[in-house]
Amino acid sequence: MSFADLRKDFPILKRLVRGKPLAYLDNAATSQKPRQVISALVDFYENHNANVHRGVHTLSEESTGMVEAVRAKVAAFLKAPKPETVVFTRNATESINLVAHAWGRKFLKVGDEIVSTEMEHHSNIVPWQLLAEEKGVKLRFVPVEPDGTLDLEKVRAAMTPKTKLFTFTAVSNALGTVNPVQQLVGIGKSAGAAVLVDACQWAPHRPIDVGSWGADFVAFSAHKMLGPTGIGVLWAREELLEKMDPFLGGGDMISRVTLDKSEWNALPFKFEAGTPNIADAVAFGPALDYLDAIGLDSIRRHEEGLAVNARAILGAEPSVTLLGPKDPTKRSGVVSFNIAGLHPHDVGTVFDLEGVAIRVGHHCCQPLMKKLQCGGTARASFYLYNDESDLEAMARALKRTLEFFKVSPKAAVR
Amino acid sequence: MEGDSELQDLYREVLMDYYGSSTRKGTLDPADLRAHGINPVCGDELEITARREGGHIAKLRYTGHGCVISQASAAMMAEALEGASVERARELIKAFKAMMLENAPVASLPEELEQLSALEGVRRFPLRVKCATLGWNTILQGLERPSGEEPR
Repeated sequence: MSFADLRKDFPILKRLVRGKPLAYLDNAATSQKPRQVISALVDFYENHNANVHRGVHTLSEESTGMVEAVRAKVAAFLKAPKPETVVFTRNATESINLVAHAWGRKFLKVGDEIVSTEMEHHSNIVPWQLLAEEKGVKLRFVPVEPDGTLDLEKVRAAMTPKTKLFTFTAVSNALGTVNPVQQLVGIGKSAGAAVLVDACQWAPHRPIDVGSWGADFVAFSAHKMLGPTGIGVLWAREELLEKMDPFLGGGDMISRVTLDKSEWNALPFKFEAGTPNIADAVAFGPALDYLDAIGLDSIRRHEEGLAVNARAILGAEPSVTLLGPKDPTKRSGVVSFNIAGLHPHDVGTVFDLEGVAIRVGHHCCQPLMKKLQCGGTARASFYLYNDESDLEAMARALKRTLEFFKVSPKAAVR
Repeated sequence: MEGDSELQDLYREVLMDYYGSSTRKGTLDPADLRAHGINPVCGDELEITARREGGHIAKLRYTGHGCVISQASAAMMAEALEGASVERARELIKAFKAMMLENAPVASLPEELEQLSALEGVRRFPLRVKCATLGWNTILQGLERPSGEEPR
């Protein structure tokens, strides 16, 4: 297998954007989908479509079996011994909200504390703010260092006897910082807190072993790892899932309903009310197979190699500032940058005219942007189907931006 | 870039001039109109302060951060609305938004908004239209509140 051959599996890479070949460098927002995933969606609707866990007819049996097979595949992907500890949600945001509602509401009380970090995505801030307001819980955020990393001493210092939850991202979506997950989990656990890992930017690129992480909750989305949109995962320790309240009420999540009272269904169905996103769950399977066939380690080497070259291209321009850790071992395939005197939006528009799709703005990390004293950044993020041609397109877009806006090489960075 | 007509159409020279201009940048204190606008997509922010006298917008200032389109449009908005009657200001806001959002012909812009035709090229970039209208929506929101010192 060579990475060059993989491109033909992704039909969208053949399209033109504003007359130029697409250079898709917005993988941290969502990945593109291989033919195998797209075909699985079509195959499901054309040949197997039926509701799950209902009825005894053949199609229902098939669709139920297909969803549960993917659940088992996700469990294997996470090295989780039991598939019933894998709850399907819409996305990581919903997974985190599920924990806030079903665990937080039940177990947290006035005066308890939740520790998080300044580098979180809004999805790992806002659910806790809502909970804090409702329950009188205090939120504490570990500061981000100027190089975009966390100081473990400061993480330790944030923990108190009142800390009931430590929730953090494994990899920063805005800066590409790769956090020392296992050490961070250890700090939270020694403080007696439950630990949630937002693995959205980790799962597409690096293996997860929930056992060796030692966390209580792990959340991620399928759409960033070749899977369809609308399907996400919450993994949690079985005893926590057992003790938690349900999230949404409705069909599928109950075992017995009378007009006075209901009893909850077994795991994981207690947390999956209503008809689930069957087709997208089914099509997540071939995405996991695809990643497995290539191997996350070689995917990561490939994309991080491209990211290193991208930093070299960008860094060669004196007016460009690169954000995030200088140490390559602490960085993912995300390259966040700013050009002196230019707003990221204007940069993004010129890149788009060259067919280069990058993300510009605050990356749903407004508190982090405020801390770094920038309104936003431009971000190129790489995945397995990117190659040298994407770097060339990026270099052309950069040159065009600097020339058009007459950015002086001596321009001071804001 | 010389000859980059595609970009020149979007970022016309007049926009670059307004973007770099500080003529109406600042904050008025006291002010009887205060409005804060934010574009949640990109985080661009504008703070507009104005003083109304005898049914006119006597003075209008803005501060904030954002892209060329949002900042240049705010600067042109401040220039066009300062001195106008409140009633006229509403008409001008409406006319500008009609050009950006409803594709109204540039030739239909009132005389005071002549220079706003420079934003015509933005209509080809639907996601950037919100940048161009940020200042105008912000002042409109301020005008629609009852007169008096607004809470910050």
